[in-house]
Amino acid sequence: MPVIELDQLRRTYRSGGGIRRRSGREIEAVRGLDLTVERGELFGLLGPNGAGKTTTIKMLITLLLPTSGTARVLGHDVVKDVREVRRRVGYVFGGDRGLYERLSGLDNLRYFAELYAVSPRTQRARIAELIELVGLTGRENERVEGYSRGMRQRLHIARGLLHKPDVLFLDEPSIGIDPVGARELRRTVATLRDQGTTIMLTTHYMFEADELCDRIAVIAHGELVALGTPAELKAMVRGGSVLEVEVFGASDTAIDTVRAVAGIRSVGLEERGQAQLLVAQLDPGVDVTAAVLGALGDTPTGRVTSREPSLEDAYVQLVGATT
Amino acid sequence: MKTLRLLAVTWWLQVKIRSRSAFDGLLSLLWPLFFATTIFLLYRAGHQAPGALLSAAVGASAMGIWSATSTTASAALQNERQQGTLELLVAAPTPLPLLFVPITLSMATVGVYSLITTLLWGRFVFGISLHVHAPLLFALSVLVIVVGIGMFGFLLAVASVRYRSSWALGAGIELPVWFICGFLIPLSQLPGWVRPISWLLAPTWGMTAVRHSALGGSVAPALLACLGLTAAYAVIGTLVTGRIVDAARTRATLALT
Repeated sequence: MPVIELDQLRRTYRSGGGIRRRSGREIEAVRGLDLTVERGELFGLLGPNGAGKTTTIKMLITLLLPTSGTARVLGHDVVKDVREVRRRVGYVFGGDRGLYERLSGLDNLRYFAELYAVSPRTQRARIAELIELVGLTGRENERVEGYSRGMRQRLHIARGLLHKPDVLFLDEPSIGIDPVGARELRRTVATLRDQGTTIMLTTHYMFEADELCDRIAVIAHGELVALGTPAELKAMVRGGSVLEVEVFGASDTAIDTVRAVAGIRSVGLEERGQAQLLVAQLDPGVDVTAAVLGALGDTPTGRVTSREPSLEDAYVQLVGATT
Repeated sequence: MKTLRLLAVTWWLQVKIRSRSAFDGLLSLLWPLFFATTIFLLYRAGHQAPGALLSAAVGASAMGIWSATSTTASAALQNERQQGTLELLVAAPTPLPLLFVPITLSMATVGVYSLITTLLWGRFVFGISLHVHAPLLFALSVLVIVVGIGMFGFLLAVASVRYRSSWALGAGIELPVWFICGFLIPLSQLPGWVRPISWLLAPTWGMTAVRHSALGGSVAPALLACLGLTAAYAVIGTLVTGRIVDAARTRATLALT
């Protein structure tokens, strides 16, 4: 049985028209989503801002009522079995908010442990274990107002795990975190998945989704655009591979000559310190390496690599097609 | 037992939150003293009967508890919304009233400080005799009025879940309640049509119990009335919370945006 099931799930926001004007504006945030997430899966929900990702998650954790359709988490309807759903899911969102600034990290966890009915016998050990897991040992007695954003985010994760949820919803958890912190966060998320927690993750970082997710749903304008493993999504993208050539001091003329090579769709040039990186998007099935190097003429070149389209390439194409 | 522990721990942590701001602390220090000074000066100028100044002192004390609760109860929930914790409170499996009650009780607890400050200010600055007729009943009455005011704040707080701007409600009724509940002047001096409103407000009876225990008079009926209304507020608040949260989930008002 799937852990999460969405059947024609819809959510419309109605903005108020004020006292005198009763009619308001309607925004369809989610338009008939059908999805299933299996037990132990790390499922990614990708989409541009306003695509309906957070709205979907908020319906699944019972903070918003669907306008129509149904959603079930662990077999429980998110409208009818609210308490059972809340008992078994965890919710972590990104950013600075969601914590009591004037309390210490430890007191924040104590507070939420009470809210989630974590037994007093196990509470102390559980909190210590989570503080260790998220790397806040030694800082737990400091007030949250003095925490960095990364520390707050790690505290959020600990908070979301206090009651050992069967399903964890992570809504852009790595937003605003430095690369080292984000890497640690990804490691923690992967560990949770390995321990059997079902996770639904939203993120704007494609490499994060590519590295972590078993399956990904791309949504735009509240509708499902694509669904599959990261590899399947990349395969959906029309087009061929990408050729990258490290060049030093390439002239505009040389670049224009490369652009004219048959089989090349587009050429970009990225500054990389002393060098530049020429990125050529190729038509399917062509090998233009020799032609490109020839077109560069006397321009000094370094590393030459050919790669498959990334998840970001796929995402941009999938979402771009909906606009 | 679990519920008691939940209420106790969350109340204590909420008291911690409210007692850690230097600015809030300074306001809590000064605000009741302004109330008390104004009232003591007015009463002294009026050449009131013996005991009137003590009556004014306990009235001013109750004003402090009320003001610490009413204006902040709805604002507190707005703060929870602004700091992103309101959604987390709602998303928790614990029934929401069990989380709101400690929040408002923590405010009323901070308000107790006003009572102590006011009485000491009256004693040492204005020379008011603090001879309390029945000290134990007085302490009990104070406890009951704190709970009664806290529960009234709970009703105000519940409204804030659905309506983002309802924090203004607490500020709006702060001053009228001073009069309607008899903190400042006896209920007998209010227009007749106001009295039924007063009788429906638990602080009115709590105030009566505090006054009677301090000055002499029948305490038990007022105490029971205050407790009865407090229980009624708790039941009404609990029944209404479910509907209000559902309305907030429909209208998407739990978050700031």
